[in-house]
Amino acid sequence: MLDATPKEIKVRSSGGLINPAKTCQPIGAMYAALGIHKCLPHSHGSQGCCSYHRMHLTRHFRDPIMASTSSFTEGSSVFGGAANLKTAIKNVFTIYNPDIIAVHTTCLTETIGDDLPTIIKSAEIPEGKLVIHANTPSYQGSHITGFSNMVKGAISYLAESTMPVKKDQVNIIPGFVNPGDMREIKRIAKIMGAKFILFPDTTGVVDSPMTGKFEMYPKGGTTIAEIKDTGNSKLTLALGRFASSDGAELLEKKCKVPALALKTPIGVKATDEFVMALRRFAVREVPYELEEERGQLVDIMTDTHFHFHGKKVALFGDPDILTGLTEFVLSLGMVPVHILTGTPGGAIGSGMGSFEEDIQEMLTNAGVTANVKGNGDLFTLHQWIKNDPVDLLIGTTYGKYIARAEDIPFVRVGFPVLDRSVHSYFPIVGYRGAMRLIEMISNALLDRQDRDAADEDFELVM
Amino acid sequence: MAVSEEQLQEILNRYPDKVKKGRKKHILIKDSSQAKQVIEANTRTIPGIITNRGCAYAGCKGVVVGPLKDMVHITHGPVGCGYYSWGTRRNKAKSDDPTKNFINYCVTTDMQESDIVFGGEKKLAKVIDEVVEIFKPNAITVNATCPVGLIGDDIGAVAKAAQERHGIPVLAFSCEGYKGVSQSAGHHIANNILMDRIIGDTDVEEAPGPYAINMLGEYNIGGDAWEIERTLKEIGYTVVSTMTGDGSYEHLRNAHTASLNLVQCHRSINYIAEMLEKKYGTPWLKVNFIGIEATINSLREMALYFGDEALIQKTEEVIAREVARIQPIIDQYRKVCEGKTAFCFVGGSRGHHYQGMYRELGIETVLAGYEFAHRDDYEGRQVIPEIKPDADSKNIPELHVTADEKRFCLKISPEKMEELKQKISLSYYAGMNCEMKDGYVIVDDLNHYETEEFIKILKPDIFSSGIKDKYVVQKMGIPSKQLHSYDYSGPYAGFNGAVNFARDIAMSFASPTWNFIVPPWKNEPLLEGKMAEGEEKAC
Repeated sequence: MLDATPKEIKVRSSGGLINPAKTCQPIGAMYAALGIHKCLPHSHGSQGCCSYHRMHLTRHFRDPIMASTSSFTEGSSVFGGAANLKTAIKNVFTIYNPDIIAVHTTCLTETIGDDLPTIIKSAEIPEGKLVIHANTPSYQGSHITGFSNMVKGAISYLAESTMPVKKDQVNIIPGFVNPGDMREIKRIAKIMGAKFILFPDTTGVVDSPMTGKFEMYPKGGTTIAEIKDTGNSKLTLALGRFASSDGAELLEKKCKVPALALKTPIGVKATDEFVMALRRFAVREVPYELEEERGQLVDIMTDTHFHFHGKKVALFGDPDILTGLTEFVLSLGMVPVHILTGTPGGAIGSGMGSFEEDIQEMLTNAGVTANVKGNGDLFTLHQWIKNDPVDLLIGTTYGKYIARAEDIPFVRVGFPVLDRSVHSYFPIVGYRGAMRLIEMISNALLDRQDRDAADEDFELVM
Repeated sequence: MAVSEEQLQEILNRYPDKVKKGRKKHILIKDSSQAKQVIEANTRTIPGIITNRGCAYAGCKGVVVGPLKDMVHITHGPVGCGYYSWGTRRNKAKSDDPTKNFINYCVTTDMQESDIVFGGEKKLAKVIDEVVEIFKPNAITVNATCPVGLIGDDIGAVAKAAQERHGIPVLAFSCEGYKGVSQSAGHHIANNILMDRIIGDTDVEEAPGPYAINMLGEYNIGGDAWEIERTLKEIGYTVVSTMTGDGSYEHLRNAHTASLNLVQCHRSINYIAEMLEKKYGTPWLKVNFIGIEATINSLREMALYFGDEALIQKTEEVIAREVARIQPIIDQYRKVCEGKTAFCFVGGSRGHHYQGMYRELGIETVLAGYEFAHRDDYEGRQVIPEIKPDADSKNIPELHVTADEKRFCLKISPEKMEELKQKISLSYYAGMNCEMKDGYVIVDDLNHYETEEFIKILKPDIFSSGIKDKYVVQKMGIPSKQLHSYDYSGPYAGFNGAVNFARDIAMSFASPTWNFIVPPWKNEPLLEGKMAEGEEKAC
């Protein structure tokens, strides 16, 4: 497995990638658009893009992912895609009848310079229906910036400040996380008594129930009215700076809703911060229900610390997920030695700090030195591991090849997970999500200990 | 169960006029009383229609070129295209030297904005250099994505210079996603270059063994090629190369030495088959290794082609033994499947091939079609002269081959050829339509809306297609079988494959999970327990 990967690390200066740890913007935009109720995402480009994105999202969620495409051919690439998009808008509304179409661009339509706002303005849009767009050239950022851009697109088209006094409600942008995570974020917000709008919200859309009936537009998703109303909220909590901050900042600029950037609430510390932010907002003490959960989590952490303490771990995935995960494994006493994301540094134009700096700061505070890289690839990660082996690898399904090559216990977290099911239904965020992470991590480590134990060392209680 | 013209009209009526006019020509209700039924295929997908089709890049790198294991395939473009075609098509491959098996690697130039503005040629050249230094592959391919063609990167020149620099073949495929109307354009582009640059690029003149064949259009999904090879080798055939599942540059070079080319997926590779016949005089045989009957037929036709008594006898022995072994197992599964109906809508040839296997399980295919086929895949190769090239197909370069002066030799005499053509599918494919029964529906580029509508009318018991529509259909309570990836099972080809398929399809029906869709409270009135004394039970 991956036998052609040498241990010796040589500087690669080409800028090319071997086994990428990111993918392109449009898939993130498509995922964010699915979090709008009665929305059909539309990919403006060649039909291969739409096909690949639907394929990948479907494999991760094991649920229908509906989206349309402008189906470019050579002619449209030469003469521009306006005709294709206008035809597509007409056909989509006639045949599939969504309330809203969320168009995202591709590297093709960005390169030829299609002017989306102008095309949309001149398209036939039925009364009461909407078309929004986001620019998502695949040669910038990653699927995470694509998600962020579609959130921005929706806010830019829809959010409005219509009241003299802001409502007692908080916007929560959850970032590129699973519907299971979004449900957990909503549950915590409810327990905290906060009136909130979660946007985007893919719960009920990509984890829709089996009913014996296919619904093109399932019950879930943030409604258009809710997205409009985000402009009237008192505060926006952006969970995960890379996927959510830009949207929150735009809302601040456009509708004067103050933005607060937090980590994706993975692990006890980041969840504490999320709960504290809600506590301040709702002016409400944390109910015992949540305090009990937290206490259980910490109880589990202390009960099991000897499984984790000092274990070396390599982490890869999306930057917002990694920030939370790194903090969490540090709080378990583990030693993260390799941390890599494929997403480039700060989100485009956001002026936010870099991923590497964020992580390094955490590591420095914990007295740990590690390889940390943004904009990296899995070839690099594999070489790092060959030179400095780890006890555990945490990342997306693509890590399974490295795990097998180096015989490392492996925990699947993040996007995509293509070879296991149910993951998208259960959270890794919140106190409960942290419990689940502990279960996954300790199972992986203890299964390995069992597997490697000599008969005489094979123990009943661990 | 069939669809009436009125029902079909009703489905089409939902479309805007222009769409209606276009789609009408892509749908046929089989009627054998008509001398000829023409279907439109390989034309543009209407923008906005939810199609299952992919692009030229997907057909070139994703399908044809990608499975070649001893080559490093570089995707020149932004990150996405390389990423999505990385390991997602289950082309299994193994090598004696695992350091020369690059099937689990994905290399992309990861073009950034500056590469789009200033051109990506230098970056591509550097990536090629790095690949050579790190992997030392036998050859390299460069596959272009949409923006590459638009900004005018000359990947041919970059590849040529790199080839001179490194002394290994570096092949450039201009398979930008917007070319053509589907994956099919990419197959064509890939075929031309494999033919032009690899096949025959060697001093080897003799096949490595007797009854030498190439397996064309076999991608080793789930290990299909290995199962077919098992039987072929036992009968005594020598497999020179497989195109392209578990294939390699090293073997592909020698493909000209074979005496017969088998064509499994007609759509993706018939170009190479035809060119091999022109250039080297090697006929091709349309085979189908899906299902017992199809496998038997293919084996018998192969034996007839070589005409060797010992080979014919061995073929019959193997068939008899294999059938005796597997038929009883299949018969058990058939009990579960008998009398059911299927939709079979898949890429190139599977929409046809799986119908036979379904029939052996007692399942009728009431709707079938292809994602990216041409008219000849439906109507048979005799329609090829009738197909007029349109603007989109004209954009795909044609490779004109002529007989190789040194190597051309007719593998069989023209008389023998004519004689065989009467008996077997030599250099001919009759298409899918002739196998379908009257009243059954044939749809080209079946889209989401039509899928839903036809399901409402025909109510199939099983739907077979790909991942994008799988869960759509399952949500309706109808089991759905992926025939692109086999739902990560397989192999489905050959004798053992038939058993696997029968097992998996029977499992789709037999699984108790389907019984839980309706919750008990949906069938029982809530009021029942609340009735006041003396009143009747609620309805």
